[in-house]
Amino acid sequence: MRVAKRILATLAAAATFAAPAMAQDDTVRIALVVKALGIGFFEAAAEGAQEAADELGNVEIIYTGPTDTTAEGQIEVINSLIAQGVDAIAVSANDPDALVPVLQRAMDRGITVISWDSGVAPEGRQMHLAPSSDALIGRMIIQLAADHLPDGGQVAVLSASATATNQNTWIAEMNEVMGDYPGIEVVATVYGDDLADKSYREAQGLMQSYPDLDAIIAPTSVGIVAAAQAVEDAGMIGQVNVTGLGLPSEMAGAIESGASQSFAIWNPIDLGYAATMIAYNLSQGNATAEAGGSIPMGRMGEVTLDDTMSGAMSDPFVYDASNIEQFRDIF
Amino acid sequence: MTTTDRHIPDRLQSPLQTRLKSWETLLLVVAVAIFIANSFASPYFLNAWNLSDATFNFTEKAMIAFAMALLIISGEIDLSVASIIALASTAMGAAVQYGAGTPELIAIGLGVGLLCGAFNGALVTGMGLPSIVVTIGTMSLFRGISYIVLGDQAYGGYPSDFAWFGRGYVWWVISFELVLFAVLAVIYAVILHKTNFGRAIYAIGNNPTGALFSGIRVARIKFILFLLTGLMSGVAAICLTSRLGSTRPSIAFGWELEIVTMVVLGGVSILGGSGSIPGVVIAAFVMGLVTFGLGLLNVPGIVMSIFIGLLLIGVIALPRLWSRMRRA
Repeated sequence: MRVAKRILATLAAAATFAAPAMAQDDTVRIALVVKALGIGFFEAAAEGAQEAADELGNVEIIYTGPTDTTAEGQIEVINSLIAQGVDAIAVSANDPDALVPVLQRAMDRGITVISWDSGVAPEGRQMHLAPSSDALIGRMIIQLAADHLPDGGQVAVLSASATATNQNTWIAEMNEVMGDYPGIEVVATVYGDDLADKSYREAQGLMQSYPDLDAIIAPTSVGIVAAAQAVEDAGMIGQVNVTGLGLPSEMAGAIESGASQSFAIWNPIDLGYAATMIAYNLSQGNATAEAGGSIPMGRMGEVTLDDTMSGAMSDPFVYDASNIEQFRDIF
Repeated sequence: MTTTDRHIPDRLQSPLQTRLKSWETLLLVVAVAIFIANSFASPYFLNAWNLSDATFNFTEKAMIAFAMALLIISGEIDLSVASIIALASTAMGAAVQYGAGTPELIAIGLGVGLLCGAFNGALVTGMGLPSIVVTIGTMSLFRGISYIVLGDQAYGGYPSDFAWFGRGYVWWVISFELVLFAVLAVIYAVILHKTNFGRAIYAIGNNPTGALFSGIRVARIKFILFLLTGLMSGVAAICLTSRLGSTRPSIAFGWELEIVTMVVLGGVSILGGSGSIPGVVIAAFVMGLVTFGLGLLNVPGIVMSIFIGLLLIGVIALPRLWSRMRRA
């Protein structure tokens, strides 16, 4: 039994060290549940959540998630958060439906539940915070091209596949607002199917077919990188500007070479910050989630909810030579 | 007479039994210690509903661990169990799209599990291939099919009465899964410890050639064990799919290692030949308590895996060190 005693003592000691300072009663505990730990995008969101907590003062952030991006892993995590009686859970879901039962139980116990980034089905949360909206993205991608074409010019769109719902919606939204950009003409829309080599060839084709082309808009992270490479290889830097939606880590080279002046994508720091602010305001009764209503989110302004109880945070965030170094290591 | 490392169970029954007994006692002490430590570490631990929620962390894995224990005792292993869950769940999800009801879904889940088990068993016993190699292959194969069928999509829309298997409660905080876990534990304990079939499994694990020459149908028994493991993966697939209400190809990812850990922690020799079902049951509780307790302290999952790893090494190394110290 000596061994057993020793194990018992060791475990007890380990437990004592592992136990955190017990939360005081007036501390608001907000759990930020992510798809999996160790992903740069979510680490950055946690940074934003901490920023919100520092601003609010009496908030403790519990940044947690499973090790693999599975729904069952998130359920285990959420079960233990329910058991601890946290004040709010803000989750980026691995599965919109699988998390509904466990999140409903959380809400039954009086826990505020919101989803952000990757949403949960409406019955499993009080509201969903989308990083941006289709309309904002559609306007942003043409704005990015127009910023560098004060006298107008020719632009072409390099999309993913012809059946890609996201890209088609964004391009349709872009066409809605083209009237605000006189002098800018969309000469072609081509499809690279989100394959690097096909996107590269399509970009090459655009430059050959339209010698006066001024910009390529690629609202896809695969297409934008391939197009920038094609422009660089064709020696067209300075004549054709590649823009659209991309990841800072993959686009840093194109920004440095000048093949791309700027591009956009959501900012994970702002997203984590806004989700925390919303979770705080809902759990403290400073705001209620109702269709058509709005919820304040600190420095990010307010989010307005539609009839599915979801709302968009902001315009996509613009990345250019001034901030690419800060974000290239994050995601 | 000199003792050898390989025990022949019938002749060395009493020392083997004492060793098993002490192993289970040690595990039980660890489980109780973890329980006490958890109660002190977190004020939220001692709550019937919270503990009930925590059982879902291990019940499905433990169901497979029972069959896996038999397989490992016989000297084989099946690393494709988590992928069988993925394939069985995908098949059930596809059937729902064609209007299958709950009875059909159960038949499909169990059927796919059996088929996968038969496939593994046929390759190992029929062609004489090493099970670790075969099941590493089928691990990629079975889940690969799910990925081809589903890609980044998910199957949902399971009938509402199907949800009972993973979310239903038999009485108060006692879930259906917990009851199933207990019933299966008894069944497997009887099979392994009270039947000729169980004796044969030990004999095969200790000395397959000897077992063969003693008239034991080694290949047939191993094939049945692969079938059982596949079947239990099918059962786990039904419970997990019912609990989640949706199927993605990443379902149950990484479970095979947690299940093998559970079996080895339960005192089953990874080389085959020894181990017990009560040990595996206690190990299931130990792992469930550790992950739930650490979860309450918001310890990140990756640190939890480190802790489980250390626990495994510790529980296995301590008795050996102890006996070595006593001999010295």
